[in-house]
Amino acid sequence: MEASITELRHTFRSGITRSYSWRKSQLQSLSKLLSDNEHQCFQALRQDLGKSNLECYKDEIGPLKKSVDYALSHLKDWMNPKKVGIPMIFFPSKGEIKSEPFGLVLIISSWNFPFNLALEPLIGALAAGNTVVIKPSEYAQACSSFLADTLPLYLDKMAVKVIEGDADTTQQLLQYKWDKIFFTGSPRVGRLVMSEAAKHLTPVTLELGGKCPVIFDFGSMSSDIQVAVKRVASGKWGVCSGQACLAIDYLLVEEKFASPLIDLLKGTINKLYGENSRNIPRMANKRNFGRLQKLLEDPLVADSVIHGGSVDEENLHIEPTILLNPPLNSEVMADEIFGPILPIITLNNILESIEFINSRPKPLTIYAFTHNEALKDRISTETSSGSIVFNDVIIHFLCDELPFGGVGQSGTGSYHGKYSFDAFSHEKPVLDRGFLLELDARYPPWNAFKMEFVRLAYKLNYFGLLLLFLGLRSYGSYNDH
Amino acid sequence: MASNKFDVEATTLMVEELRGTFNAGKTRSYEWRVAQLKGIIKMMDDREQEIIEALRLDLGKPEFESAVYEIGMLKSSCARALKELKHWMMPEKVKSSIVAFPSSAEIVSEPLGAVLIISAWNYPILLSLDPIVGAVAAGNVAVLKPSEIAPASSSLLAKYVPEYLDSSAIRVVEGGVPETTALLDQKWDKIFYTGNGRVGRIVMAAAVKHLTPVVLELGGKSPVIVDSDVNLKVAVKRIIAGKWGLNNGQACISADYIITTKDFVPKLVDSLKHQLEKFYGINPLESKDLSRIVNSNHFDRLTKLLDEEKVSSKIIHGGQSDRAQLKIAPTILLDVPEDSLIMSEEIFGPLLPILTVDRLEESFDFIRSRSKPLAAYLFTNRKKLKDEFVRTISAGGIAINDIALHLVVPSLPYGGVGESGMGSYHGKFSFDVFSHKKSVLYRSFVADAPARYPPYSQGKLRLLKALVVGSVLAVISALIGLPEHFGSKDKSA
Repeated sequence: MEASITELRHTFRSGITRSYSWRKSQLQSLSKLLSDNEHQCFQALRQDLGKSNLECYKDEIGPLKKSVDYALSHLKDWMNPKKVGIPMIFFPSKGEIKSEPFGLVLIISSWNFPFNLALEPLIGALAAGNTVVIKPSEYAQACSSFLADTLPLYLDKMAVKVIEGDADTTQQLLQYKWDKIFFTGSPRVGRLVMSEAAKHLTPVTLELGGKCPVIFDFGSMSSDIQVAVKRVASGKWGVCSGQACLAIDYLLVEEKFASPLIDLLKGTINKLYGENSRNIPRMANKRNFGRLQKLLEDPLVADSVIHGGSVDEENLHIEPTILLNPPLNSEVMADEIFGPILPIITLNNILESIEFINSRPKPLTIYAFTHNEALKDRISTETSSGSIVFNDVIIHFLCDELPFGGVGQSGTGSYHGKYSFDAFSHEKPVLDRGFLLELDARYPPWNAFKMEFVRLAYKLNYFGLLLLFLGLRSYGSYNDH
Repeated sequence: MASNKFDVEATTLMVEELRGTFNAGKTRSYEWRVAQLKGIIKMMDDREQEIIEALRLDLGKPEFESAVYEIGMLKSSCARALKELKHWMMPEKVKSSIVAFPSSAEIVSEPLGAVLIISAWNYPILLSLDPIVGAVAAGNVAVLKPSEIAPASSSLLAKYVPEYLDSSAIRVVEGGVPETTALLDQKWDKIFYTGNGRVGRIVMAAAVKHLTPVVLELGGKSPVIVDSDVNLKVAVKRIIAGKWGLNNGQACISADYIITTKDFVPKLVDSLKHQLEKFYGINPLESKDLSRIVNSNHFDRLTKLLDEEKVSSKIIHGGQSDRAQLKIAPTILLDVPEDSLIMSEEIFGPLLPILTVDRLEESFDFIRSRSKPLAAYLFTNRKKLKDEFVRTISAGGIAINDIALHLVVPSLPYGGVGESGMGSYHGKFSFDVFSHKKSVLYRSFVADAPARYPPYSQGKLRLLKALVVGSVLAVISALIGLPEHFGSKDKSA
């Protein structure tokens, strides 16, 4: 580990990673890696998570290819210094903001999207010209070793390294000084990462999760109700069986609509996932399975099951499950669920959902299905969350122009598209001055004339300055003790 | 202030009250924000003489410096925010990619909530209220903890902030370590700290508990590289203004040390001496145009730097001090050893070491081998040297042929990197640093492709793969509709 990190520091210092051509070639190789190894990726994902090929493509490989292409086509633009206007008083001078790489960065990724959550930040880190260590999650072992074996075949080995291992490895890595740490995972580990980062004053991006609610304004949906329910079902069970930070966690609906909504959901589940609902991915590992099983074992929660609820320990499979009004102080409503269980909480009026959400930690995303524009406005201005999606699920994840990230308990910092580049860059202001036109008012000894000069200069009152210089403007006395 | 007892319970209660104000939505309106910004300007106008007096008491700061760097900068910061605020607050429309068609997307700037601002003693008014400008412009409630090391300024802020700003949303808490600890124990939505790296680490570690994002405005040893081809007179004036003219070197962006060539150094030193005398007279300890050292701790720290055996013999100008008046004369040292104390820590005072090299390019490696400074300065007319400096030197900010001036340009972000800090502010960056950029995507129900829902067939995967060859965007538009699993049917694929 020591040797790898020293080598990466050395590579960064050599300056090679700063050039446009290096960054471009790395991104191109990454794109080639994805194309060449699609099948191997599918296999690893099936082994680790039981994900189907199609799910692999749409959640992992597809978005990555799109992001690499997006980065490649915008890289030059991102790298260009931004010219900024400088007040005339500083003439002659020019100012610009130059994005420079941080240096050596650490990416710690998570097991639920083991490729996307490792490589999407990598795209940003490479585009910004950093050297990188990736620490994949040990809970997706096949994917982790795929990355460790394959990345060195495509990317600059002196600049990008994969270090595999468990929590101890992570702990060891965190002892080193990094110029940026990008972490995806739970708030518990996020805190650990941040407290280690504090020792070296390392900035962190924390991509956490939280309980993403759906506000389901049934009454306003009219003919769109079928599509809305389908989208809810796909946002809950269609993304790695709910094992996604963006997945729907729970649903809020007016009490009078609970029963028709549940009927629609049941029908949709059957239609999409088959009668026995075996067609959704299994739980990633025993740990997550056991945790979810325990959530359902709480007697008060068990009583609230109105659909599904059966578990299969051997295959780590949990049926799509709907709960109606489980106790709000139960664990299923306290922690992020991260699995195929959907609690439905009923309210008298859909407006109460704002208060309900605000009384809990800020979620990564709020989903709201409604045609009521006033309600949209209120949700948008009165709640706080990483992002909001109206009338659909998950898709904001694919919009390169939107920053993706949390706020409060759901995380710090954002990425995707240009935001990924920015997350791994320091925006360095550069002011370049000429030697012409030196204004003596800047220099001591101070007097009343210089004082007046500066007052006018701050107001950018050029006419006043002219009068002052011509002796046509009076100035007071300078109070020198 | 010791008399201002501030316990944990009172802190908790105060934060609860502030959160109540925030939750009521009061601070979100454009009108409220404008009123606060105008309040700050009014406070500066009404209380200008009192502020100048407080700064004189705390730091012996010359009126000119107070008027320029504290009051003037603050007012221009408010004026800029007032002018631009409406624009800053507007949601930013973005292209929502074809995958989400038909839809619209925007990025909304929303206030973070309750923010804590801990400021420093060297620019006690500016460094307290300039972050407040950003915090209120972004619609937050805030607590300000001014530095106890500048007590007159601290009590002035405690007295007037409630008078000119909405006291249900902005509070000043005076005090030292116990008060700061009690404040850091609360849950904040952002902590904005200006000071040193040691306390910066404590602040960031305390922020971990509630996963609070932090801005750390720290310092570091900001180098000045001087080439031999410059307009010497102008360069020297600017160096003096950027060293002793900034609170007598007690500024995080002031020049810390100079590197120049062996050949050029005699000319540079002569010119510095000459110009220093013109600015501050024969006896600079008597000059009214220089701040004093803030307190005896810092005075002792600085004289200790000079007293180090291998350093004291290197003094080539100045070196006089007067502990009773806390004054140290502008002091220049030549070729101090690199492992001396004065070259290891941030000087933060009127001492200026000059290092010499054979070729100026050697200085770049020297700078790179040390912690990233808050600012790096280069005086040269050589384009190639400038380009290399900008390209290879990492620092919070860079100014070529001037010192500290980038701080005054509101279109440039101001902040550190690495040891010199994280996060930036000034102008729009102040607004952004106290805002959360919330993505909002509006989707419609038109054109919902049936293909996006399972159960899937093997043919659909083949379709996707065919699309890859065509265009990635087209692929994604197909992909997005397919968030479901592929199931056993594709096992053979």
